[in-house]
Amino acid sequence: MAGTALRGRLTWQIAMVDTVTDETARVRTIVLDVPQWPGHRAGQHLDVRLTAEDGYRAERSYSIASAPGEPVAITVERLDDGEVSPYLTQELRAGDELELRGPIGGYFVWEPEDDGPLMLVAGGSGIVPLRAMLRHRQRSGSAIPARLLYSSRTLPDVIYQSELSRYADGVEVTCTLTRQQPPGWTGRAGRVDAKLLSEVCWPAAVSPLAYVCGPTSFVEAAAAGLVGLGYPPHRVKTERFGATGGR
Amino acid sequence: MQALDGNAIGGLLIDVFGTEMTTVTGTCAGCGTSSQVAEFAVYRQAPGTVVRCRSCSSILMVFVQVRGMTCVDLRGLASLG
Repeated sequence: MAGTALRGRLTWQIAMVDTVTDETARVRTIVLDVPQWPGHRAGQHLDVRLTAEDGYRAERSYSIASAPGEPVAITVERLDDGEVSPYLTQELRAGDELELRGPIGGYFVWEPEDDGPLMLVAGGSGIVPLRAMLRHRQRSGSAIPARLLYSSRTLPDVIYQSELSRYADGVEVTCTLTRQQPPGWTGRAGRVDAKLLSEVCWPAAVSPLAYVCGPTSFVEAAAAGLVGLGYPPHRVKTERFGATGGR
Repeated sequence: MQALDGNAIGGLLIDVFGTEMTTVTGTCAGCGTSSQVAEFAVYRQAPGTVVRCRSCSSILMVFVQVRGMTCVDLRGLASLG
């Protein structure tokens, strides 16, 4: 069935880089042509494997940035001491080959059939799988109302800035900038805390379904905050990127 | 050391078990807490992958890869699946 996860053994395969697009100074979206792609669900990820000339291999997991039915894309943040992300964000060009396997994961996924208003909370590059969900919502014609609370350090660090600013029709996007706000900034300032969550998020009474993605400390604070607002823990799905890149 | 979660080892688990495992429920042999594998705490900085219970921190699973072979220790789980 199209759009369901691949079952059984995952095999590594060679994908071709179709396009690369800079999202911010440190973040790049890579659109891939994957010949044997079985289709993915919004929120799933894939593993990328790089092999050095001496045979040393490094694997990283990246969230899929595109909606089901769109070409496979990943959005990668460069970590200066990383083994994989500097190559993906600085060296890789259109036409290059990349070894990957996927799609992977069945927990942090959203389908339009899932009930309840959608509450998305992202920190930094944690926006990537949530963007796939928003695109999936739009492409599927879903009328489920959605809110996104997205925390970044500064305005130039906001990934998918122009795309997020265009959402309307049932999607409310709130950005908060934690380090620096430009003159005239009308969004929120400061970290995601209990007060901000209570002001921006759906009240628990409307039975929202929440997805929280970002660095580990961000996810734990935001998820605890949502539970503090009365969200049942099983309605708060989390995905932690850690501090080491990829996820 | 920062914990990731079971989402991070979805690919590794498919290698080992042959199927998607992150939505499977596991029960800690230490404290009896049950949760989906995606919710387990995962540490990948060790010379292997260590999976712990979020309630009591007991080690649930250990995966060590040596020369293309994966050694699996599941003794910390009372049940899986």
